[in-house]
Parts: sequence; structure tokens; C-alpha cells
Amino acid sequence: MKRTIFNNKLLPWLLLAPQLAITFVFFLWPAAQAIRQSFLRQDAFGTRTTFVGVENFRRLLNSPEYLNSLQVTAIFAISVTILSMGLALLLAVAVDRMIKAQRVYTTLLVWPYAVAPAVAGILWWFIFNPTIGIIPYMLAQVGYNWNHVGNPAEAMTLVVIASAWKQISYNFLFFLAGLQAIPASLREAAAIDGAGPVRRFFDITIPLLSPTTFFLLVVNIVYAMFDTFAVIDTTTRGGPAQGTNILVYKVYFDGFVGQNMGSSAAQSVFLMLIVITLTVIQFRYIEKKVAY
Amino acid sequence: MASITLSNLGKNYGGGGNAVTGVNIDIQDGEFIVLVGPSGCGKSTLLRMVAGLESISEGEVRIGDRVVNQIEPADRDIAMVFQNYALYPHMSVRQNLAYGLKNRGTPKAEIERRVNEAAEILQIGAFLDRKPRALSGGQRQRVAMGRAIVREPAAFLFDEPLSNLDAKLRVTMRLEIKQLQRRLKTTSIYVTHDQLEAMTLADRLVVLNGGRIEQIGTPLDVYRRPASTFVAGFIGSPAMNLIDARAVPHLPGTAHAGTVGIRPEDLTVAPDGPIEMQVMAVEELGAQRLIHGLTGGEKITTTLPSDAPLTDRMRLSFRREQLHLFQRETGRRLD
Repeated sequence: MKRTIFNNKLLPWLLLAPQLAITFVFFLWPAAQAIRQSFLRQDAFGTRTTFVGVENFRRLLNSPEYLNSLQVTAIFAISVTILSMGLALLLAVAVDRMIKAQRVYTTLLVWPYAVAPAVAGILWWFIFNPTIGIIPYMLAQVGYNWNHVGNPAEAMTLVVIASAWKQISYNFLFFLAGLQAIPASLREAAAIDGAGPVRRFFDITIPLLSPTTFFLLVVNIVYAMFDTFAVIDTTTRGGPAQGTNILVYKVYFDGFVGQNMGSSAAQSVFLMLIVITLTVIQFRYIEKKVAY
Repeated sequence: MASITLSNLGKNYGGGGNAVTGVNIDIQDGEFIVLVGPSGCGKSTLLRMVAGLESISEGEVRIGDRVVNQIEPADRDIAMVFQNYALYPHMSVRQNLAYGLKNRGTPKAEIERRVNEAAEILQIGAFLDRKPRALSGGQRQRVAMGRAIVREPAAFLFDEPLSNLDAKLRVTMRLEIKQLQRRLKTTSIYVTHDQLEAMTLADRLVVLNGGRIEQIGTPLDVYRRPASTFVAGFIGSPAMNLIDARAVPHLPGTAHAGTVGIRPEDLTVAPDGPIEMQVMAVEELGAQRLIHGLTGGEKITTTLPSDAPLTDRMRLSFRREQLHLFQRETGRRLD
């Protein structure tokens, strides 16, 4: 790498200043505010603020609503991850086997990634709308009454599909690149070694894809937990009966709708810890443990 | 153990032109056949058709007494050594060797016995529990061969197995492959673009050009009586001098020939020799010298002992039977 020596001590800091300012204003300062707020409580009219120590955290961990949200988030994140990675792998394997139209399919499959989460949410909200949606209409034909407005399990299905759909594109690209990085001769050698297509897939392809898979696993969990706010907000708004109220949505709802800043801040701090943990896992293990 | 017969074999990828056309080879049980030719001559395609990795457009492949055209690679009873070795990177050497046997439901004790036997033959016993990436190029090469021999197949197929090794290792491994094949007596087809590898390994050579067979024969046959100007120029190093007969009308017996061939090593310095060479460049090889020059406007090369005197003009001689005569239009041998 090229090394530049600055004689002026100020210049490097000046050059870094814009980036540092952005990081400070949009990341460090709000994070610090959240941490500070999480130890405070305001009265109902916002006139008095008192220091309450870890009371906010204690209440959260004893609140059945928060524990429910944790559980909902876990179900949601795992479902989104499995669905989007599974389908993406299926599509990537199919496209990897194609010879002619590979580029066309790849391009088409990547399109959903360009759709904003809120738009994706609206899109699926229309498709699944109990009154005007096409899928409830088709389900009604076979005698199933779809109503995600009243049924938490159906609401969860809806947000999982809407969130996973967008992420399939991203996962697909990584899986396809991963598949194409596996030398054809390995699969040929396995074919000569008497492994059929299914066995080759599980014995050769899956293990050699493991670095990609692990990377995507972390990325998808982070996506499902933090980037799906808009999808939830445009479809179910956390309902019905808290059925899709994931942690991120609850932070927003309790803080900005419920105006309980202290609790909302404490929830943010928990989320921060989760992100830090996931990031550490990613950096620590991605190149060591999962490499073959 | 099996013979392999390729009859009228052809490969068409669609989109004009055949990769392989009308190939007929009878390979005896236990024979070591080398397919040799320049890049794109169809030698790898041919090998992959025998392996079952490429479909067969025309003709048929027989292994033993079975036509295998429609048979899966796994069921053709062959083993292949790939150019990049194709070792499974996530498996240990032992697992790499055992994988083919495991897939075929070989009993554990038998797998163990065969893996250990192969490891002993190839001297890779010390790193059976390592992963391929912890091995050197030569060791990986050995593991790749081990994976082929544990299977005890009817035939070995080698696809340029030595081309990823450095020059010195290549010579060592070449000898090892030869000795191994002599010992196991397994029918082998070996693809290479290196004519030296081809000469040293082959029981019989198959010289390919443009998807067609130019010549089949023992290395010495091919060297001594090349069937065409292509083979003459390809086999032997330095390459045979191929001179337009019109440039050397005074040479005996060249009246009907289009091209006259003479190997550089067959030319000797003689004061009254029929060829006069104007020396253009000299390459020192140590024991010998390569001398490049012109005669009648045609390029000519000779190898001379390094103590032979050098002059700007030299007269060269040869023996009549060392002259190769080829037809002008087709390039085929005349006699």
C-alpha cells in the first residue's frame, strides 16, 4: 500500500473530518443518547426527568410483552432466513446448471432487490389483502379463509414472505457466485467416484459453499431483525395481538407512538448488544471456522 | 483390466465444425496410450468422451465388451486424474481416497486395506490425515493418483496430470507414473500436449490435429517415420527441418516430393555436404549447440557437438535413409 507522509499535523484530521462528523452525528451521538436515556424516566407530560438506574431494563425483562416480542423476533428472523436462503440456493443451483439464458435469469432475479422495503410491504399487502387480494381469493376457492388482520399466524406468514422475497435476490447472487467458484472438475471427479447428483450436492457443493452460507446467515439474521421495519409498518403494524411486533418495531412503537422514551431507549441498547454480538461472530469466525 | 475400443468417434458441439472426427483406436488390455497434440486438437474432448463427461455425438466407445455410450461415468469402471487434481478440499487425504469406494458400498475393512495399500505404493502414508491444501504440488499429484488406484478400475484416464508441476518434479512424476502403470498393468489413456512426455510414457502414441488422428504408432515408429509434415514438426525436439523441395533441387530422391524433412540431429558437418547453410544464430545447450541458419532461403536448424568448429557458412551432410519426403498438397508421407 502507498504511504503518504503528512508534514502538517492538521491536514489528516481535516481530511477525515467529514466522515468523522457524519459518524458522530448519525451514529455515536444517537447511540450515546440512547444509552443515557435508558437510565432515565420522564413523567407523562415530559416536564420532569429522573434517573432510575437499571429500572428500565429490569422492567423490560419482566414484561411479558417484551418477552413475547423477543420470541416473535426469533421466529420471524429464523423463518425469513430459512425461507430466503433456501429459495435463493434453489434458484442459484438451477441457474448455475443453465448454459444459455444464465445472464437473463440472473438479471431478472436480482430485480426485487431494487424495490424499497416499504414498497415491497405494500405490494404484498395488496396481494394478501383479505378483501381485494389475489391470494385470499384463490385460497377462498379451495375453502380457506385468509385473514391476516385477525390471525397472528397468518400475519406472521405475510411479513415473513414479504421480507424474505426481497432478500432472495441478494442471497441468490452470493450463492450463484459461490457455486461458480467451485471447479467443475470437482463435481466431475465426484461423478466418476460414483456419487449421483443428489449426493454430489450434499457431499461436495454444500460443504464448499459453507463460507458463503455462513456469511449469508449472519447477514440475513441482521436483515430480518433490523431492516424489516418498513415491511412491518406497511403491512401489519406489529399486530394483530402483538403477533408481528418484532423488537425493532417495538422500539419505534413504544418510543414514538407510546412516548415511553426510557423503555424505548433500553430496548435500543439491547438491540445494540445483539448487533455487536452478531458482528463479532461474523468477524471472528467467518474466515477461521467455516473455511474448509 | 479391459481393452478400450473407439470406433468412428465424433463430437459435435453444434454451431459448425467438429471437435473430434472419425477417431478409431483399438487399445489393448494393459496398454499405455498417449493422446498428444497442440491445444484445441480435441485430445481432452476425446478423453472426456471415454470418461463419460462429454456426450458422444457419433460412433461408439467400448470398454471391455460393453458399449458405454449411454452409461454414466460412475458405472464405466474408469478412474480419472485431472489436470488440477480435483481433490475434495474439505476432506482429508484418507477421505479423498475412500470417497469412491464408500459411494460404492465397499466394506469398511476393505476400504481401509485398499487406502493403506495405495498410500504405501505412493508414499503418502504420512499425510493421510491432512487436508489437500496442506500438501505440496507433487504430494497432491500423488493423492490424485491414489484416488484412481484405490478403485482398481478397468482403465486410468489422465488429463494432463503433470502440467501444473515445475519442470523438475514433472520429470520425476513422469517416471513414477510409468513405473506405476507397469506394475499395475492397468489400461491407461494419457492426454498431454508435451511431446517429450508423450514419447517417454507411451506404449503407443496417438497424434491428433484438428480433431483427427494424424498417426498412431510406437514412439520410435512415429519418430522415425512420421506420417505427415504435422507429425514430423510436432514430435521430436528441436523440431524436424521441413524444407520446400524446390529450395533444395539438388538433393537426391526429392524429385516428386513437395516437402523434404530432415531432423536437426541427423545433420553432420561435412566439407563436401550437399546442403550449404548460412549461420544466423547459435544457441548453447551445454553438451550441444543449436545452430539456426538458412539454405536456399529456407530456415534450417542443426544440433552439433559444442566442440565442433563454428563458421559463417557450413556444409552439412546426412544419410539418404534419414531423409523424409512428403507430398506437397496433403503433407502426407510419400514412401
